[in-house]
Amino acid sequence: MAYSDKVLDHYNNPRNVGSMDKSSPDVGTGMVGAPECGDVMKLQVKVNPTTGIIEDAKFKTFGCGSAIASSSLATEMLKGKTVDEALEIKNTVIVNELSLPPVKIHCSVLAEDAIKAAITDYKNKKQQSSEKSETVNA
Amino acid sequence: MKLPIYLDNHATTPVDPRVLDAMLPYFQELFGNAASRNHSFGWEAEEAVEKARKQVANLVGANAKEIVFTSGATESNNLALKGVAEMYAEKGNHIITAASEHKAVLDTCKHLEKDGHRVTYLPLKADGLIDLDMLRESFTDKTILVSIMYANNEIGVIQPIREIGRLCKERGILFHTDAVQAVGKVPVNVLQDNIDIMSLSGHKLYGPKGVGALYVRRRNPRVQLTAQIDGGGHERGMRSGTLNVPGIVGLGEACAIAQREMAEETVRLQAMRDSLKDKLLSELDEVFINGSWEHRLPHNLNISFAYVEGESMLMGINDIAVSSGSACTSATLEPSYVLKALGMGDDLAHSSIRFGIGRFNTQEEVDYVAGRVIEVVKKLRELSPLYEMAKEGVDLTKVQWTAH
Repeated sequence: MAYSDKVLDHYNNPRNVGSMDKSSPDVGTGMVGAPECGDVMKLQVKVNPTTGIIEDAKFKTFGCGSAIASSSLATEMLKGKTVDEALEIKNTVIVNELSLPPVKIHCSVLAEDAIKAAITDYKNKKQQSSEKSETVNA
Repeated sequence: MKLPIYLDNHATTPVDPRVLDAMLPYFQELFGNAASRNHSFGWEAEEAVEKARKQVANLVGANAKEIVFTSGATESNNLALKGVAEMYAEKGNHIITAASEHKAVLDTCKHLEKDGHRVTYLPLKADGLIDLDMLRESFTDKTILVSIMYANNEIGVIQPIREIGRLCKERGILFHTDAVQAVGKVPVNVLQDNIDIMSLSGHKLYGPKGVGALYVRRRNPRVQLTAQIDGGGHERGMRSGTLNVPGIVGLGEACAIAQREMAEETVRLQAMRDSLKDKLLSELDEVFINGSWEHRLPHNLNISFAYVEGESMLMGINDIAVSSGSACTSATLEPSYVLKALGMGDDLAHSSIRFGIGRFNTQEEVDYVAGRVIEVVKKLRELSPLYEMAKEGVDLTKVQWTAH
């Protein structure tokens, strides 16, 4: 199977590879997939708590070239978006951008799931900390 | 050194130039039909076919009359299994095979099951070998055939063929082996190995594609097969169809070369294979060899690089042709059933790469491959969340994954 130039570009020069401190209250972490399925994506966002804008995004992916490219592209798309805008990102955008063939669509779905998981994690943390502060105030 | 480097010699091999030279006259000058009995064109073709038949027979210790030419090993396997099942239907309907067989055997067995046959699929031990006790316990009064491959196409593991053949002989059960990966690579002798029926293929031993053979024992016991292709009654009635004379000449020449050069070639290929293994193991941690190292083809290396997915490996080493057991490289999106049969986790099956070193590879190429593989594995591990977790001491088997 031939890979599109964009997939090759992300595979050869993956953007935003790395990890951020998962315990930080400003960082949301999403981990989706399973080793036995051959795909695991870890995607992290760092959100500015006052503006709600994603300032940084990092990923690490175990998976095929298309999975690596999908998650790499996802980190690029996330930066500068608000958390609510990030939740609007659909896998089809990734499919089109990377010209993924039908057998690789699940890679883009996984990337969308990773985004949602990371944002959800961030929101949960934020809610917990606000609940905590409410308890303290009370 | 020329790129890309071909290191996928279990999939197919290039035609040896000497084989091609032997074949060429049979396309134009000597184009006769080997079945034409009344002119020189037919005689010359027939003579060439009979010479090739001897060459094939000699390589495996058979008599020339026991060799039936086919279109390849898939056809040979179909003819062996369906031919025995049909011919010996009155004797029984039970066939024993193994989970790691090639699809040409497994799917033929599935077909026979639909027709009312019963098939036992023997599991593999962790080293890829079948359990002889389990084989013995699987025999029933209705067992007519055991079909176990000589050497596996993915992990290169060589089964205890001689022992299997002996057990079958004791019980009066026919023994077929798919020896596609073994013939021409390791010494195969149908008499010493107690083989009754054996499939082989031209393109796996530096011959052309589209030609293969089936060894069918004529004495002690005399094996009979029901033909699966009806027609002019070629090949002693077992396989009708005009003979592929150039292909057969090529297969014969390939066998003759293999017989002359196998001893020397084995030493050379094994040295290269071992150097590849040693380099990979010394530079990388968490690397696992799949299948028995001792009972293995000399030119095979099947290895899993933990925490790295196979297809992304292949993408990184795009100037090297190898195969992976990863789901992403298969049509079914399932990881290799052979590796799964070893009882290893699916994650390691996804991380496996098969190297098959061949006659035309050089040490320089193997050194280059080792370097590239090491570089790409290291790069992909930097990208791998699993590698990071493992390094942090997380037990990956205990993590709650969100399977999709």
